[in-house]
Amino acid sequence: MKRLSQENAPIYEALKAYKENRIVRFDVPGHKGGRGNKELTDFLGKDCLMVDVNSMKPLDNLSHPVSVIKDAEDLAAEAFGAEKAFFIVNGTTAAVQAMIMAVCKAQDKIIIPRNVHKSAINALILCGAIPVYVNPGVDKDLGIPLGMAVKDVKEAIEKNKDAKAVFVNNPTYYGICSNLKEIVKIAHENNMLVLVDEAHGTHFYFGEDMPISAMEAGADMAAVSVHKTGGSLTQSSILLCGKNVNADYVRQIINLTQTTSASYLLLVSLDLARKNLSLNGKEIFKRTVEIANYAREEINKIGGYKAFSKELINGDTVYDFDITKLSIYTRDIGLAGIEVYDILRDEYDIQIEFGDIGNILAIISAGDSMLDIERLISSLSEIKRLYSKDKAGMLESEYITPEVVLTPREAFYGRKKSVPLDNSLGEISAEIVMAYPPGIPILSPGERITKDVLDYIYYAKEKGSLLTGPEDMAIERINIVEGL
Amino acid sequence: MELWYTEEHTENVRFCIKIKDVLYNGKSPYQKIEILDSVEFGKILTLDGLIMLTEKDEFIYHDMIVHIPMAVKPNIRKVLVIGGGDGGTIRELTRYKTIEKIHLVEIDKLVVDVCKEYLPETASKLDEARVELYFENGLKFIRSQEDEYDLIIVDSTDPFGPGEGLFTREFYGNCYKALKEDGIMVNQLESPYYSLYISSMKKAYRNIKEFFPIAKVYQAHIPTYPSGYWLFGFASKKYHPIDHLKEEEWNRLSLKTKYYNTELHKGAFALPNYVKELLEYE
Repeated sequence: MKRLSQENAPIYEALKAYKENRIVRFDVPGHKGGRGNKELTDFLGKDCLMVDVNSMKPLDNLSHPVSVIKDAEDLAAEAFGAEKAFFIVNGTTAAVQAMIMAVCKAQDKIIIPRNVHKSAINALILCGAIPVYVNPGVDKDLGIPLGMAVKDVKEAIEKNKDAKAVFVNNPTYYGICSNLKEIVKIAHENNMLVLVDEAHGTHFYFGEDMPISAMEAGADMAAVSVHKTGGSLTQSSILLCGKNVNADYVRQIINLTQTTSASYLLLVSLDLARKNLSLNGKEIFKRTVEIANYAREEINKIGGYKAFSKELINGDTVYDFDITKLSIYTRDIGLAGIEVYDILRDEYDIQIEFGDIGNILAIISAGDSMLDIERLISSLSEIKRLYSKDKAGMLESEYITPEVVLTPREAFYGRKKSVPLDNSLGEISAEIVMAYPPGIPILSPGERITKDVLDYIYYAKEKGSLLTGPEDMAIERINIVEGL
Repeated sequence: MELWYTEEHTENVRFCIKIKDVLYNGKSPYQKIEILDSVEFGKILTLDGLIMLTEKDEFIYHDMIVHIPMAVKPNIRKVLVIGGGDGGTIRELTRYKTIEKIHLVEIDKLVVDVCKEYLPETASKLDEARVELYFENGLKFIRSQEDEYDLIIVDSTDPFGPGEGLFTREFYGNCYKALKEDGIMVNQLESPYYSLYISSMKKAYRNIKEFFPIAKVYQAHIPTYPSGYWLFGFASKKYHPIDHLKEEEWNRLSLKTKYYNTELHKGAFALPNYVKELLEYE
């Protein structure tokens, strides 16, 4: 058999052959190549529906890959410099949960920064692992959480020698990187694995002059959201494993929760994204950086906004910065990030990734046209001219150091009751509260509801953030832990 | 063999012109550029397969986009033209001795180069001393301008492609900022006839109205544009296009025009009912 190269795309090639063979379909999906749902076919296109198929011998099976999916995963592992790569179709959420569940059982400890994505907290609820939180550094001016300080990680490790793993969020949504290499070194010296939520870091593997990737830094597992900056379809992701991990056990863990009807649209998008990144990644991300740098320069010229970048680097909690991210601090023009985010969409037809209390984030990619970039810059200039106001009375700090009383699982599954948010001060939350995006919990299950937390929730609501998490979707009531 | 140029005005309507020759066919980083020679309309400039001008009817568009504002405010000194790389708007503007400075901001240098070579009658005044050319994005250029111009003419392509940014709220807001306190902005506002153009026209007008206390719409008959019926926007911080028309003053200039006259000026602002309804016109 001929050796496959990065020029190949095994799943893509198999789907093409499948189409050409004009197989008669008496299997699911019941739309049978789109014929059973004309309106959907007209909307998405016949070509798309033709390859929305089920697992079968020539197309392999995601839960037990032996042929084309295995080949595609092997090529991905090679491209990412990993020992093993798993294609994930349940979102990077599933990849993050598989990482945690593959190394922690109930009551095992995991060292984890508090500003993780909710998928990590939810994994703790599912598997019952005990989080040892490391508070991230905080940039007081920007009000954003940073990376973990090496000495904080070291301290957590020394106090918890029985912990199984260290979880790192790298880069953060804002583009902040921790000193991954050093964290890996210390963790490995103490027989702990390193798991990296690398959802926003696909490009680290393919661009030039990028911050170090998880695999290159020697981390043991990494969840890479290829759909975010790598060009695959939404919900597709890759889980990477290093040599210290039993990949066959990881596959079992993935299969505990992953669908048995994996979408070939998602799989082929991963396959072709990997090929494209391998062959053209350098060029793609060079262009991305050029666009992001230009936008930052122009936005900083407007005045009032701060499009931050590598000047934040401090050798520790900001060990490196991902310059493809266009993060902009807006508070100096008297507007919360979420307000600028809403104005951009409602008044200027521009959708950006998210806005929080003090910042907005625009995702830049090689797919952007300069015409669109000029629209974004000019709109920000106009928003400053037309909407800026005095910044007095704006909430200052973004990151609140939590007071952890119970593990997420104990709180979530414990005895609980619903109380009005107004009456919850001092109680222990039994649920997550977060603004989405970015999806970083303001409050996690098992944490004390403090005045700072309540102020933040009220402020975020007032400014129009989409708050999610609690049973009560209006976030007027909250479940608290009873009998403490 | 017969050669016909076909433009799809909608998915279901085609407009055909018999062609003698294709004089130029090229591609810039922004668009496809063609110069055709036709039997009926003379030379034709197309961008991305859409007619921008023909020798036979370009006078209508250029008369209407330039003389309307000039007759309302004849003492205009400094003008910004955005788009308009063919030079027709510049040609009409340079006929006014009182204008001191004209800035032309055209994103695509190739359009200017091609028009200079193949359409010298339209592009003839692009090298005039008062005219300064800037080859850059109009939206970017105007971002840094404040209280600078007496007149801004937005001579853009359609809002799909490189011209898209010139129909946006951020663009009109920046134009407002770049105009002096008695400044005027005129823009081509697409056609109200086919549904394809209606939503961009409505949106553009709504955006203009938000910034300018006076925002009026006028019309012209342009045979080679989709539906042959075209709208323009007149927006100003101070001047009403009819109440402040300087009829005598303009006529004293004795400019010879093929389409525009001050009687037509007044009539051009009288819109059909269906257009008024579309625009929610007051």
